[in-house]
Amino acid sequence: MASGIQVASPADVALSVRELTVSLPEGMERAHAVVNISFDLKRGQILCIIGESGSGKSVTANAIMGLLPKAIRVSAGAIHLDGTNIVSLSPDKLRSLRGRVVSMIFQDPLSALNPVMTVGAQIEEVMAAHDVGTPASRRSRAIDLLIEVGLPDPQLMYHQYPFRLSGGQRQRVMIAMALALEPAILIADEPTTALDVTTQAQILKLIRDIQRRKGMSVMFITHDFGVVAEIADYVVVMEKGHCVEQGSAEQVLKSPGHLYTRRLIAAVPHLTGTNRAPLDAAERRPILKVECLVKTYRSGSALFRTQRIVPAVNGITFDLTLGRTLGVVGESGSGKSSLGRLLIKLMESDSGSILFEGRDLAQLSEAKFRPLRPKIQMIFQDPFASLNPRSTVGQILTVGPVAHGMRYSEACERARELLFHVGLDSGAFDRYPHEFSGGQRQRIGIARALMFKPKLLIADEAVSALDVSIQAQILKLLDQIQRETGVSMIFITHDLRVASQICDEIAVMHRGQIVERGPPSQIFLAPKSSYTRELVAAIPGEQPGSMLEHEGYVEYPKQGETL
Amino acid sequence: MTVIAAHATPTRWWHSRAVYRFMRHHLALVGIAMITLLVLACVIGPYALPYDSLHIDLRARFAPPLSGHHYLGTDPLGRDLAARLLMAGRISLLVGVSAMLLSTLIGTLVGVTAGYRGGWVGAALMRTVDGFLSYPSIFLVLALAATLRPSPVMITVIIAVTSWMETARIVEAEVRSLREREFVQAARMVGLSGKHIMFREILPNAMGPIIVAASLAVARAILLEAYISFLGYGIQPPLPSWGNMLNGAQQYLASAPWLAIIPGAAITIAVTSFNFIGDGLRDALDVRNDHI
Repeated sequence: MASGIQVASPADVALSVRELTVSLPEGMERAHAVVNISFDLKRGQILCIIGESGSGKSVTANAIMGLLPKAIRVSAGAIHLDGTNIVSLSPDKLRSLRGRVVSMIFQDPLSALNPVMTVGAQIEEVMAAHDVGTPASRRSRAIDLLIEVGLPDPQLMYHQYPFRLSGGQRQRVMIAMALALEPAILIADEPTTALDVTTQAQILKLIRDIQRRKGMSVMFITHDFGVVAEIADYVVVMEKGHCVEQGSAEQVLKSPGHLYTRRLIAAVPHLTGTNRAPLDAAERRPILKVECLVKTYRSGSALFRTQRIVPAVNGITFDLTLGRTLGVVGESGSGKSSLGRLLIKLMESDSGSILFEGRDLAQLSEAKFRPLRPKIQMIFQDPFASLNPRSTVGQILTVGPVAHGMRYSEACERARELLFHVGLDSGAFDRYPHEFSGGQRQRIGIARALMFKPKLLIADEAVSALDVSIQAQILKLLDQIQRETGVSMIFITHDLRVASQICDEIAVMHRGQIVERGPPSQIFLAPKSSYTRELVAAIPGEQPGSMLEHEGYVEYPKQGETL
Repeated sequence: MTVIAAHATPTRWWHSRAVYRFMRHHLALVGIAMITLLVLACVIGPYALPYDSLHIDLRARFAPPLSGHHYLGTDPLGRDLAARLLMAGRISLLVGVSAMLLSTLIGTLVGVTAGYRGGWVGAALMRTVDGFLSYPSIFLVLALAATLRPSPVMITVIIAVTSWMETARIVEAEVRSLREREFVQAARMVGLSGKHIMFREILPNAMGPIIVAASLAVARAILLEAYISFLGYGIQPPLPSWGNMLNGAQQYLASAPWLAIIPGAAITIAVTSFNFIGDGLRDALDVRNDHI
């Protein structure tokens, strides 16, 4: 790979990685986390490393920071930082480089900040650790930094603890800490993945602005091609520890050379403004009618007057036509997941009604509702937490139907049939969930929901935890299932792009209420509410003139292809 | 539809990381070996020894260890100490293990119910646990043992009734966190009954802490039985137990110290071994100890 890159003159290159190989301890899935990768980060540029989970992108970043765990070590290659090879450097010398020459921001700003130190103290600590300035100068510098990253009321913010800040604010504090010593290089490891889409747009803009203002070099690690299109000058694509393609952002995004890059770009869900072709079902009657549904969370104690009241779902009304899909879209805290749980009665509503096939579910007791449970099933978000680790796949699938009176042999037969139908071989029946990958587990979750031939399927962030290529497969599977069985679906997601792929109609939720509802063409092309407009504008890589081009519906990977 | 092969090979429990971690815990292995030896000796030993535990030989009173065929010496009535020690071991270990089983059963039932049901049921059960815990258990045991007719079964029940609270607390905390996991929500979604969810879905996932608590509970039960019997409220002579052997040895401490040292050593070995096993299990079942 190294021979393919022309070596830039050393003065232009802030960071140069040459033939880097990082080996994993024995007994892991593969021998190397990263094999023979080379790339240059030029001064004043943003380099994006993109790859799916397990591609070795985070290991690369940690190797550059000298933060690899003990068992994982660099076995070959060199990392040049301003001309010094840091691979063989002593821990003390490395420590003096960290923060001063390179700094890093992490994915989860809550766990990366110390919960018992104030924001100001943490920023000052970075400077104190490198013996920079006096207490007074550090303090004024910390406040300057808080202003620089755009935090409101920096004097007050200085004395705040991390738990008082929102996710976006915490990430701004992390960036302030990383900038404290004016490093030449900033490494950002998925800094926006844990954030809402509107916050993500703000943080991306902030990183871009700071990079331009200071002429910094940024290495940005992400799994989202939308983010790459938004921010990158140069792109490195990684797959399973290998660097499969690199080049300027325009080159990689517009004319990807490697098959893997092309597949990855094709799998990125795009916002489509076209409405979904409706199923040709004869009946157009509503299956579900929700009226003025309310759920309020209460925590603390009324007795000691410490009660906090949070309205999660605040008077929601909608209906769902038989055989169609309603997308429920919103940011975290909008109440979309609470809504899903209310509909399936995993939680009791405070008031309002849920009319399902003419019966009000909200009034039913658990015992009266149990016979109806088979008709409404749910696909859960986390494919790792939603399957009992101590049960075999066969037990997971058959236990429900058997409890509802199906004969065991019949249930087994149906389970094997469904496993095949969702794309798993029949050997899966006797295995345990931990033997499967995330995408395969989500297929098991879908098979479980289909065991009863349900009338209504609720998918709660069913594809959020999956890589884009797997996401595309699961969306296709859900689409296929709906076309075959005519099941009605409520698809809850935070990702507008995903919602636009699969939904006939979309409801946008904000603070427990539906602010807008309509077909994708209306929501994405002519949004009526200002919140929807804001949400649509924040989607990365979808702005006019964006480098990521696409037309109409997403191209799914062809049949028989597994990514 | 494309078939995505489940390529992972099935794994067996003895290949698991937990077993591997346990095998690296040397003290735990020593504990297992000691307990195995002790159990084998108590089961087979009495048949292999030349003297019966109740055989009185007044000519050989106070024989010190390694005198003639009395390998561990004799007691004030000339009974063979080795035979008595192993018979006592049967009683003491049996009482210890049965008390553990019973207390684990009670603790698990209470803990799972309180943890899963929550609300006022959970509060009532856990306040009962607090009530039991706030009463010094040794006095409770002695009071119960003094009023009830002491027999091995009764002692087992008394020990279990006064030592289930710790298991209940551990299980309750574990179940309360498991209850929020998505697979439990999924079990409710497919319409399983509360009983099924509690004991078939949640309980297998809480087995780790229960096993650890149980192995430590055996040690405590053996110790508690020795206490009661030593104080004279437990297993009554002529039935031997390690505790009442110590009781009988009190007055001869100066002249025949082996009468106290030997059953004392047996108690120590059994209790430390069970504690080692408990520590080993705790480390093995705790994923955070995986330094790989």
